[in-house]
Amino acid sequence: MSNAPVNTGRRRFLTAATAVVGGAGAVAVAVPFIKSWNPSAKAKAAGAPVQVNISKVEPGQLIRVEWRGKPVWVVRRTEAVLTELPTHNDQLRDPDSLEPQQPIYAQNVGRSINPEYFIAVGLCTHLGCSPTYQPDSFGEQVKGVTSGFFCPCHGSKFDMSGRVFQGVPAPLNLVIPPHQYLDDGTVIIGEDEGATS
Amino acid sequence: MKKLLIALVTLIPTLAMASGGNIHLESANIDLHDQASLQRGLDLFQNNCSGCHSTQYQRYERVATDLGIPLDEMSQKYLYGDTKIGELMENAIPEDDAAKWFGAVPPDLTLVARVRGEDWIYSYLKGYYKDETRPFGVNNTVFPSVGMPHVLQDLQGVPVKQIVKQEDGTEVTTLVATGGSLSAAEYDQVVRDITGFLVYSGDPVKLERESLGWWVLGFLFIFFILSYLLKKEYWKDVH
Amino acid sequence: MIKNLVDWIDERIPMTATYNRHVGQYATPTNFNFWYFFGSLALLVLVNQLITGIWLTMNYVPTSEGAFASIEYIMRDVEYGWLLRYMHSTGASAFFLVVYLHMFRGLLYGSYQKPRELLWLFGMLIFLVLMAEAFMGYLLPWGQMSYWGAQVIISLFGAIPVIGDDLTLWIRGDFVVSGATLNRFFALHVIALPLVLVVLVFLHLIALHEVGSNNPDGIEIKKNKDENGWPKDGIPFHPYYTVKDIMGTAVFLIGFCYILFFMPEGGGYFLEGPNFEAANPMKTPEHIAPVWYFTPFYAILRAIPDKLIGVICMGLAIVVLFILPWLDRCKVKSIRYRSMTHKINISQFAISFIILGYLGAVPATPELTIAARIFTVTYFGFFLWLWIYSKNEKTKPVPERVTH
Repeated sequence: MSNAPVNTGRRRFLTAATAVVGGAGAVAVAVPFIKSWNPSAKAKAAGAPVQVNISKVEPGQLIRVEWRGKPVWVVRRTEAVLTELPTHNDQLRDPDSLEPQQPIYAQNVGRSINPEYFIAVGLCTHLGCSPTYQPDSFGEQVKGVTSGFFCPCHGSKFDMSGRVFQGVPAPLNLVIPPHQYLDDGTVIIGEDEGATS
Repeated sequence: MKKLLIALVTLIPTLAMASGGNIHLESANIDLHDQASLQRGLDLFQNNCSGCHSTQYQRYERVATDLGIPLDEMSQKYLYGDTKIGELMENAIPEDDAAKWFGAVPPDLTLVARVRGEDWIYSYLKGYYKDETRPFGVNNTVFPSVGMPHVLQDLQGVPVKQIVKQEDGTEVTTLVATGGSLSAAEYDQVVRDITGFLVYSGDPVKLERESLGWWVLGFLFIFFILSYLLKKEYWKDVH
Repeated sequence: MIKNLVDWIDERIPMTATYNRHVGQYATPTNFNFWYFFGSLALLVLVNQLITGIWLTMNYVPTSEGAFASIEYIMRDVEYGWLLRYMHSTGASAFFLVVYLHMFRGLLYGSYQKPRELLWLFGMLIFLVLMAEAFMGYLLPWGQMSYWGAQVIISLFGAIPVIGDDLTLWIRGDFVVSGATLNRFFALHVIALPLVLVVLVFLHLIALHEVGSNNPDGIEIKKNKDENGWPKDGIPFHPYYTVKDIMGTAVFLIGFCYILFFMPEGGGYFLEGPNFEAANPMKTPEHIAPVWYFTPFYAILRAIPDKLIGVICMGLAIVVLFILPWLDRCKVKSIRYRSMTHKINISQFAISFIILGYLGAVPATPELTIAARIFTVTYFGFFLWLWIYSKNEKTKPVPERVTH
């Protein structure tokens, strides 16, 4: 070992510079590893928007379609259900849909584009079970409300706009997926007019 | 010691030259940056080849994006039935039928350029000639006893083997095609377009990979300079 | 604050002591040359293989129906999957390159000699496991070369008398290489062998740090200590060799990334053309050659006209390296102070190895087979000759202190 004086300033600078550049390199190397966990082209293709023919849905009927592997409900609401919707606002957590659980165009009392058709992701906002549709017997859950959705897992309750009732574990209204109508009888789920194509 | 290293280094090129067959191949000379050529290649492939040969490891959407084709146009031109743009470019005819008609299942061609090389594809598509002894009346200089008919015959015409005497007296076998809708130069371009498309299909990420590669090498060069200076600085203690 | 935490830990596990013993106060000879980069580079490549390997298993499908397509899925559909895959495939070749150079360094400077025999043996075991790891990994893409390469190598075991045929059947788990073979190779490649490899690397390092590093002069720096008990020719590994190895890593990565980004097939030697075609048990590719790092041994196998003797010779070519510490009877370690005979012998060995590698990669012709036989003889001749002349070798005087 020689005893030449050590230029500590230069030494510190080079150590720091190498460490910073090397650290940046390490972070850059991590990027492909992290990004490889994103949905692959295959998953994206499988999760592409779904076209649904809704002209055959009877009033009061619920049909399920799969979009991105999740159940999406299409319910044709009757006149009676639509008139019932604004009557129980005081029992709801978020009656005016202030939380961003829906696209802007569905931020209304029916949480829909066309009030007749209610389209929602059929997964409870509590822990992801799929609630049961109770078209006539919902009064057993909430007095004075005829129809709604009841989650069998932990007893969360939603009205016919997917709005959550107070006093249940679910914190938020059901999610409304982006969707748009091609014509009166056809709806595309997973894509709306704002989407780039 | 140094001599040994030199000996090692000089042996490496010998090793690298050890591959390659005996058949003379023409240079395909393709350009992956030429999107118009790749688009023509896709079009030619879809119209002439995809009936039997799938490219089932790639997706319509990715091909359209990489080749600069609008998705709508891609769907209209090349998607049939309820095929979706995100799907793999699989085959229209069932494998069993294909095996019955041709005696063998026509291979998937997504990766053919990586198996055979671009020059092979180019030479192969130019290598058909008339041979009445074969089931389809044609044979191939690059792929003897080929099982596939000459699909591009309408474009190229019927190539016939001819022996041409050169000025120095040696004889060279060439293929001369007549009766096609394209001139020889135009046909070469058609074959080059198809080859280019298949080279793209085999390695779609090549251009992105290489451009990223320059950034990585640039970064490493800077890192090397810094680490070299750092090493020198510390090793002042030792020397 | 930090000191308290360190103290707290040190009272419970020997963290600082371990760091000092293996890094901070590990006495390393001052005269390492570029040959000494390859050990740390091998460790770097091992880490690369482990991490990219884990990531590849996330999308790889280990079935004969799905394997080939899943590789293309990784290459095309998974974001940056191509990069992870090329890092792994290029890393495999890089691993053997640095390991071969690392082993040759040991040969040049007598790093296998007493007291480093066990260090050398652990290293040889690493090499052996690495070969098994590479062979099994090569089956996983389920391409034509994967399939037929595995077919050929597994058939080698058929040369063993009496049990040979049953043994090959047992290894494959089927009458041909099949999905059953793929599954067991997958399990061994991603779990069992990497575990063994990591343990062996640990033992290799422990053995190294117990006896201390050799150096290009082949002298023991521990024999010459100053009044504090620190070797006069030693410097602490950190910071001197950490900064030097970082520099070596940068140089290595430039070469590695050049291949990775601009020629990931490595001219058809790192990823072979026929392997881009899915495995077809009905059709053998025209020319089967193992990946480049196996070709020297493959050439020895092919050179011998008898199946059993061929397999034995191929095995011996590796086994003989294990007993190298006892074949070399010379007391002087480094090639710098050994006889001209030894220099010639090591040179001819290196040349034989490389030419055998070339011969194993090209199709065999009668002339090339004769060449392969000649170089098989010179390969083994190295060891025999070494054993003979090393007993009474005329060596040069070895200096007291290391030279630069």
